[in-house]
Amino acid sequence: MTTTSIRVVETPLVLYALRRADDALVLGHRLSEWCGHAPALEEDMALANIGLDLLGQARSLYSYAAEMEAAGHTEDDFAFHRDAPQYRNLLLAELPNGDFARTILRQFFYAAFADLYWRAMMASPDPTLAAIAAKSEKETAYHLRHSAEWVIRLGDGTEESHRRAADAVAYLWPYTGEMFEADAAERALVDAGTVLDPAGFRDAWDKTVSDILAEATLEKPAAGWMQQGGRSGRHSEHLGHLLAVMQSVPRAIPGATW
Amino acid sequence: MTQLDNGLGDEVLRRKAIEAASTVVDPEIPVLTIADLGVLRDVTVQGGHVRVDITPTYSGCPAMNMIAVEIDLALSRAGIEDKEVRTVLAPAWTTDWMTEEGRRKLREYGVAPPQPGTGRRALFGQDVVACPQCGSTQTHQLAEFGSTSCKALWRCESCREPFDYFKCH
Ligand SMILES: [Zn+2]
Repeated sequence: MTTTSIRVVETPLVLYALRRADDALVLGHRLSEWCGHAPALEEDMALANIGLDLLGQARSLYSYAAEMEAAGHTEDDFAFHRDAPQYRNLLLAELPNGDFARTILRQFFYAAFADLYWRAMMASPDPTLAAIAAKSEKETAYHLRHSAEWVIRLGDGTEESHRRAADAVAYLWPYTGEMFEADAAERALVDAGTVLDPAGFRDAWDKTVSDILAEATLEKPAAGWMQQGGRSGRHSEHLGHLLAVMQSVPRAIPGATW
Repeated sequence: MTQLDNGLGDEVLRRKAIEAASTVVDPEIPVLTIADLGVLRDVTVQGGHVRVDITPTYSGCPAMNMIAVEIDLALSRAGIEDKEVRTVLAPAWTTDWMTEEGRRKLREYGVAPPQPGTGRRALFGQDVVACPQCGSTQTHQLAEFGSTSCKALWRCESCREPFDYFKCH
């Protein structure tokens, strides 16, 4: 009998790396669900490519978490052998794809943050985090450009595409605040100068989002009440379903290789 | 054996290992060797143990596993058994590391090479990409994300041919 979930010793640095890795893995998995279903072949490839970039970022971050934890876990253990309450991703990343507009807006809100954040993290004194940031920021710049162009096209498009984009903004908005949260564990790393406080990127994110939404003729919601909980393992019902699909094979056949 | 002999043996072994590893090609673009791409970062030998360092082009590049296996096989074929292939992240790979020779081979293969020394581009700016078939710069992008993570799909207005563009990173 195998245990369902590994026990991770979450030192601040391990927790930090797992949070970013989980964001990338869960969002990347969501994008992979579009494979074969996107509205056009080019978009099928774009979403799969972006998902692949995120999967790669997740792998680097999991490997780093494994190295820092030094408990013999591998990237696969983190991905496949933790249950939903052990996942540390943003709620935004796990929300279902919905229609194409919701997927694009979710990507845009995330990429607009990740692009700024990883670019700044290239200056981290931690060489591994700086290297992961250097790779991620270039990839994320492409993701941001892709999603921002679609936000404009959908918002400033037909009556229906505008309505769907506006619905997506309204649905996703309460999940955007969590990106800027940092708890005590993370603030210790910020104080030590190893990582950057996500809160420091709120104004720049706000500007990118305001500019693109304005160009898309979409209204930017007022700040309002924000959902949170993903960073400490309190997730929506959706994550469990995603993990059930993603983890089924390695859990049914532990140690399987091909 | 004296210390000096060991050192000399290592240097010979190192040259042999570099030669073997340099022949490995990118499975997605088989005209480019990993040396052309700048993916082969370092080969070191210590006490007869060979270590080859490679660096990923893109975070999720599925070719990296294949390349590591190919290097391992190439070293075996060269008679080197005490070996490891290691993936290093720092410093992060950039298309600026692609050699001139690599860019020429890419162009001949029909893929427009990445522009050198561009660094990070303006986010909403657009590149001028010359058609690898006819050299025309009357080209435009059809899709930002192409057949692999490293390519975008473009088309030439002059010769009307579509072509892959190796994206700047
Ligand atoms: Zn042409």
